[in-house]
Amino acid sequence: MQVIVDNLDTFGRGVWGTVVLFLWATAGSLVFGTLLAVLRVAPSAAMRAAGTAYVNLVRNTPLTLIMVFCVLGLPILRITFTDAVGTQFRIYAILALVAYTSCFVCEAIRSGINTVPVGQAEAARAIGLPFGQVLSLVVLPQAVKAVIPPLGSVLIAMLKNTSIASAASNYELISAMRNLIEQNGNAVIAILLGITVAYVLLVAVVSVVIALLERAAVTV
Amino acid sequence: MSDQQRSTHAGASPSGRRPLVVLEGVDKHFGALHVLKSVDLTIAHGEVVVVIGPSGSGKSTLCRTINRLETIDGGRITIDGADLPAEGKELAQLRADVGMVFQSFNLFAHKTVRENVTLGPVKVRGVPAKQAKERADALLERVGVASQADKYPAQLSGGQQQRVAIARALAMDPKVMLFDEPTSALDPEMINEVLDVMTGLAKDGMTMVVVTHEMGFARRAADRVVFMADGEILEDAEPETFFTAPTHERSKDFLSKILTH
Repeated sequence: MQVIVDNLDTFGRGVWGTVVLFLWATAGSLVFGTLLAVLRVAPSAAMRAAGTAYVNLVRNTPLTLIMVFCVLGLPILRITFTDAVGTQFRIYAILALVAYTSCFVCEAIRSGINTVPVGQAEAARAIGLPFGQVLSLVVLPQAVKAVIPPLGSVLIAMLKNTSIASAASNYELISAMRNLIEQNGNAVIAILLGITVAYVLLVAVVSVVIALLERAAVTV
Repeated sequence: MSDQQRSTHAGASPSGRRPLVVLEGVDKHFGALHVLKSVDLTIAHGEVVVVIGPSGSGKSTLCRTINRLETIDGGRITIDGADLPAEGKELAQLRADVGMVFQSFNLFAHKTVRENVTLGPVKVRGVPAKQAKERADALLERVGVASQADKYPAQLSGGQQQRVAIARALAMDPKVMLFDEPTSALDPEMINEVLDVMTGLAKDGMTMVVVTHEMGFARRAADRVVFMADGEILEDAEPETFFTAPTHERSKDFLSKILTH
């Protein structure tokens, strides 16, 4: 374990990179995933079709392919966000994670919506609430309880999926692992164990947060 | 259907009052099932119409088409002279004017009783919160559940929940109230507390369409009884006439089955 202690700065940079990717991608995929779920239950057939098409197209595509598309494809299409190269690649990686994870967030929310009895939405429509408020005031608040557990699994999977960003010029835990192995070929097992522990602890933190949210939602 | 029967429920309402809800040639299919077969029905301002019939006759569907919870395949529905709008803001506005009470209450489970009643007025009508609360408390008092205002629906009995649902609908000051089997999910001892509230509404001049099996209520409060079977209106008569001298075989048969016990 000496190798980790000696290289705490590299290790810490890796942890930080993973955490930053995870937090931005979580925020982005919760917002975009909710929008997709709204599309998929919308009264307009065109909106439902658009939501379904997106989910089925992107969910069935490997994340690595989406990541490579964002990193190599978007610059060719002249879609850029900043001149700082490091930040640019981070944004591309976050976009890829958001594009992909949103599909799963959408489906988790949709399954939660399906647990709310249809009469709740009918009663909301019957008092004259428009579609948006039927969802935001009546259906989604009651769906939250059922959404949190599957959403937790989606976010945990996403945290580990941030490792793919290492292939897109992002510095995170896997990049740190590669660096450390290159410099300390004699301590591969220790490095792998150290990186594993880092992921396990990060996921444990996410799990605790999810469990707390779940308890809060149940007592509401 | 004979011409003579048809003439009783087409065109202007028999009572001669101004028509409020008019259904003309309304058709509705559920897949291969033809649930509403060219239904004509006119409900006048202040009129109480009870719709009865065997299960599967289309009476609930008929009720739900009036605020477009069910879309129709053909025909026309107007409320106060205006056609039912398609999806969108206008439809939401129309629904605000049409109160609905469901068989399974459908109170918002995550909101208190009082919040159930204030939600529509505040969000749809833009009533200030304080005013909506006062109105809600008055309505809850009127339906006899004022003491439960801060509880959640699940803490109330079925009868209490249904009375809250009536208060929720009344809070929107609807032009017409639709009741879709309001007492069918209730324990017997709770049916009367709901029917009493409905009878009170009828006496106060509310326009009501009530799908029910409660013949006592029909006799007591209805201006007209409409009998449906297989997606058609077979009889449309005053309660006394319908119960004592039904003209159609299906209604005679139906009445003999429910009035013997």
